Amino acid sequence: MRIKCPLCGERDRREFYYKGAAIDLARPAPDAGDVAWDDYIHNRENPAGRTKDLWQHEMGCSAWLVVERNTVTHEIYGVELAENVKRGMK
Amino acid sequence: MRFSAWQVLKEGLTGNKGWKPHWRSPEPQSEYDIIIIGGGGHGLSTAYHLAAKYTDKRIAVLEKGYIGGGNVGRNTTIVRANYFLKGNSEFYSHSLKLWERMEKDLNYNAMHSQRGILNLFHSDGQRDAAARRGNMMVNQGDDAILLDREGVRDILPYLDYDNIRFPVYGALYHKRGGTARHDAVAWGYARGADQRGVDIIQNCEVTGIDIENGVVKGVQTSKGPIKAKKVGMVVAGRSSQVAAMAGMQVPIESTVLQAFVTEGLKPVLDNVVTFGMGHFYISQSDKGGLVFGGDIDMYASYAQRGNLPTTEHVIDAAMTLMPMIGKAKLLRSWGGIMDMSPDGSPVIDKTHVEGLYLNCGWNYGGFKAVPASGDCFAHLIAKDEPHPVAEKFRLDRFRTGHGIMDEEGTGSQHNTH
Ligand SMILES: Cc1cc2nc3c(=O)[nH]c(=O)nc-3n(C[C@H](O)[C@H](O)[C@H](O)COP(=O)(O)OP(=O)(O)OC[C@H]3O[C@@H](n4cnc5c(N)ncnc54)[C@H](O)[C@@H]3O)c2cc1C
Ligand SMILES: [Zn+2]
Repeated sequence: MRIKCPLCGERDRREFYYKGAAIDLARPAPDAGDVAWDDYIHNRENPAGRTKDLWQHEMGCSAWLVVERNTVTHEIYGVELAENVKRGMK
Repeated sequence: MRFSAWQVLKEGLTGNKGWKPHWRSPEPQSEYDIIIIGGGGHGLSTAYHLAAKYTDKRIAVLEKGYIGGGNVGRNTTIVRANYFLKGNSEFYSHSLKLWERMEKDLNYNAMHSQRGILNLFHSDGQRDAAARRGNMMVNQGDDAILLDREGVRDILPYLDYDNIRFPVYGALYHKRGGTARHDAVAWGYARGADQRGVDIIQNCEVTGIDIENGVVKGVQTSKGPIKAKKVGMVVAGRSSQVAAMAGMQVPIESTVLQAFVTEGLKPVLDNVVTFGMGHFYISQSDKGGLVFGGDIDMYASYAQRGNLPTTEHVIDAAMTLMPMIGKAKLLRSWGGIMDMSPDGSPVIDKTHVEGLYLNCGWNYGGFKAVPASGDCFAHLIAKDEPHPVAEKFRLDRFRTGHGIMDEEGTGSQHNTH
């Protein structure tokens, strides 16, 4: 698998650290309650197909990325800087 | 038909024409008392234990593919009881005891071989951890011996003991650990369940779960609707998809785990050996192939094949520990989809729906659990209360934080196990 970092271009998967579902960008408020926090930390849609997850270009520019890809075929549809995605969420 | 030495002899002399299929292939009935979704090791063992031990109700196992096509037929077959934490430790201890009588119980040769497992360590810190784990195992009633370097050398003369970076310091030796023939375990439980009246229905994918007023009523399948009073979900890597049919999001992330086998060789490796400084474990199958594996591919995936970076890591670790392996030719590699839970431990529990039960989160270690998981899930489904050795496998431990079982001590979050 190769991932196209928006800053560095297409690189081997080995350069990237995988964090998990992009739900990590939607952190609940500290007092949101145990159900919200359980959903955020543990429960996952875990789709067989299109998904968005968080990767870090650890051995490159170290930017955090949102990668949209297919979990069945490993096809990658698009990569965005997590910073931009987060800004768009507000 | 019962298997016996006499039967094998007779069939050998009469052209092996008398063997019958090991289980029937019935069409599904319109209604059952209990439906088990998923005909992997855990689903079949659940059905077997329900019928053999807990109930005389009508039971069906619905499998979307064929028996043995999932992880139960893809794993590296290591069977052990060397867990550390309360909750896991009594469960796997129970499971190993069931393994020790499985072949008699099932009248089936699962080729369970207690050839011993050596978990190597390579530093003083790892030695302390191994001693501590060994004490926990002995406390639980299982076996563990702490071997020093020369003790290991007597058993495994072929390791690279003086590797500059990772010298071998010793090993924790678990003699009752070993391997088994994975498909035979699936087939044995399928046959045992079938003999006790369970309908095993292959090529039958569950596509929906019918729920009315919070009570389960049955399932929708590729072979039409089937009614049921109770339904157990036990589909390993597909847990998220099946649980979603009941409106649930479960704490599971699915990832690929790969395995590798070399061409058949003369016997060189009598035990199971695990490397302490990289992800690598190995044994030799009865056909002669060296069977080995490493870590998961470390990102969510449903592709039943692996990626090269993990392959490289596994081969690097193999060459570091066991240089002789470099002379063998790699024959095949494959992957299976793991149901990874945040703390690395499983769930056997009820759900918010009455009559619907969940069994998942086996990570990369569910083969050894097949007998006990089936026993405990059957107990839960039949009696509506947890089996004493599985009462800590609760789904709500993630929400409450009580009873998290993080064996590796790396944190209870996805991507940490
Ligand atoms: C490469 C590899 C190495 C491993 N090594 C070891 C090891 O050495 N020791 C160990 O203890 N464990 C090991 N494991 C883990 C172990 O194999 C699994 O934890 C265990 O097999 C999972 O349970 P199962 O057998 O029930 O799963 P499976 O055999 O995967 O069964 C699940 C079944 O559910 C079916 N299913 C899914 N969705 C549906 C649906 N909608 N309707 C009907 N049926 C459905 C699937 O087709 C499948 O047959 C390994 C796994 C892999 C992949
Ligand atoms: Zn970059």
